[in-house]
Amino acid sequence: MQQIINFIIRNKTFLLFLLLFSISIFFTIQSHSYHKSKFINSANFLTGGVYNSVNNISEYFSLKSQNQILAEENNRLKSLLYNSSIKTDTSFVDSTKFNGLYRFTPANIIKNSYSLNNNILTLNKGKNDSIKEDFGVISSKGIIGIIDKTSANYATVISILNTTSQISAQLKNTNHYGSLKWNGNSPEFVQLVDIQKVAPVKVGDTIITSGISSIFPKGILVGTIQDFKLDDAENYYTLNVELFNDMTNLEHVHIIENVDKPEITNLLNE
Amino acid sequence: MNSVISIHTIRFILLAITQALIFNHINFLGYINPYPYLLFILFYPVKNNRMLFIFLSFLLGLTVDMFLDSGGIHAAASVLVAYARPIFLKSTFGTIYEYQTIKFNNVEFGSKLTYIAFLTTIHHIVLFTLETFSTSKIILTLQKALFSSIFTILLCILLTIIFSRNKT
Repeated sequence: MQQIINFIIRNKTFLLFLLLFSISIFFTIQSHSYHKSKFINSANFLTGGVYNSVNNISEYFSLKSQNQILAEENNRLKSLLYNSSIKTDTSFVDSTKFNGLYRFTPANIIKNSYSLNNNILTLNKGKNDSIKEDFGVISSKGIIGIIDKTSANYATVISILNTTSQISAQLKNTNHYGSLKWNGNSPEFVQLVDIQKVAPVKVGDTIITSGISSIFPKGILVGTIQDFKLDDAENYYTLNVELFNDMTNLEHVHIIENVDKPEITNLLNE
Repeated sequence: MNSVISIHTIRFILLAITQALIFNHINFLGYINPYPYLLFILFYPVKNNRMLFIFLSFLLGLTVDMFLDSGGIHAAASVLVAYARPIFLKSTFGTIYEYQTIKFNNVEFGSKLTYIAFLTTIHHIVLFTLETFSTSKIILTLQKALFSSIFTILLCILLTIIFSRNKT
């Protein structure tokens, strides 16, 4: 016993080093596995508060380009509205259909990141705005990611530019679907893998979300096909998809909640 | 003694904040970022309580990790560098270190440069290996580590020159 205590006292620095090093390795491994509970994230009040107060100032610098993006979206929505063939009668509101299948919440990105292998963003909405894990995040131009952790006022988002992220997507023309991944090389391109060989793939075709995972509704824009090749077994295509979103310049986003998601997961688990 | 503690506390907070808010959004050529928070570990007083020093390095790394959502990669690299520091102090400064009279303000520029370069390179290699966390992308990892190291070393040298107190 005496010897053990002596040993600990003699090597206390090395043992402390070993302890702290293994704690950090533990955190690192946790951060590399999808959706594991972790304690070190930027959704807490300290980091969230710092990012929020800095973002309050820095958002003024991108005001002009963000206004431009919002005006473009308004323009697109207006043209959809006035050209739609369905005539809505404003005197009659069907209250049974008033709550849609998807609930949208606007949010601001207060920390953007795109240069790492596992990029995680921070939003200024949290549990107080009924934001929960596994909600989808989109911008006016397309898909951004999935909510990971939430605190009272902040939430972190697993960006599509994250090597652990996996989102179901499909071709716009046909219903052949695959999963959207990122190889970590360029923030402008993501990869769509496991598309069946029989699918009619053409360069320039549009990729949309498939709605299979019940996180995103079907039809959210992702990008266009840049190039494609067969995988090693020659059964599936791997597509290189150029994103519509400029992931390096993000500000206003929308969080999507699928109201029926608990029902769907319940059904699948039975 | 009190002023030393306050100087290092201020340095700790300042480096963590600037790292999170400025240096991590440089993204030179798309992905190259410097990590000058390493200055805290590099220029911590030589006469120190080693356990406290290692713990502080861990805390600094963890703070940076928290801001960047990167798990524990900065904490791991910082702890390793803090533990390995005496070896490099000995090999670069030699006898001055042995007599414990080292002052970072008035050592030779050449040995200071090698000291910074060695520790930064080790820190960055560990950092980027843990960040990629796969052996298949080893070339990309080393490339990132190399470019970021060059950036960090340049920035550290510049910052030490700007903030050094001239005692002539």
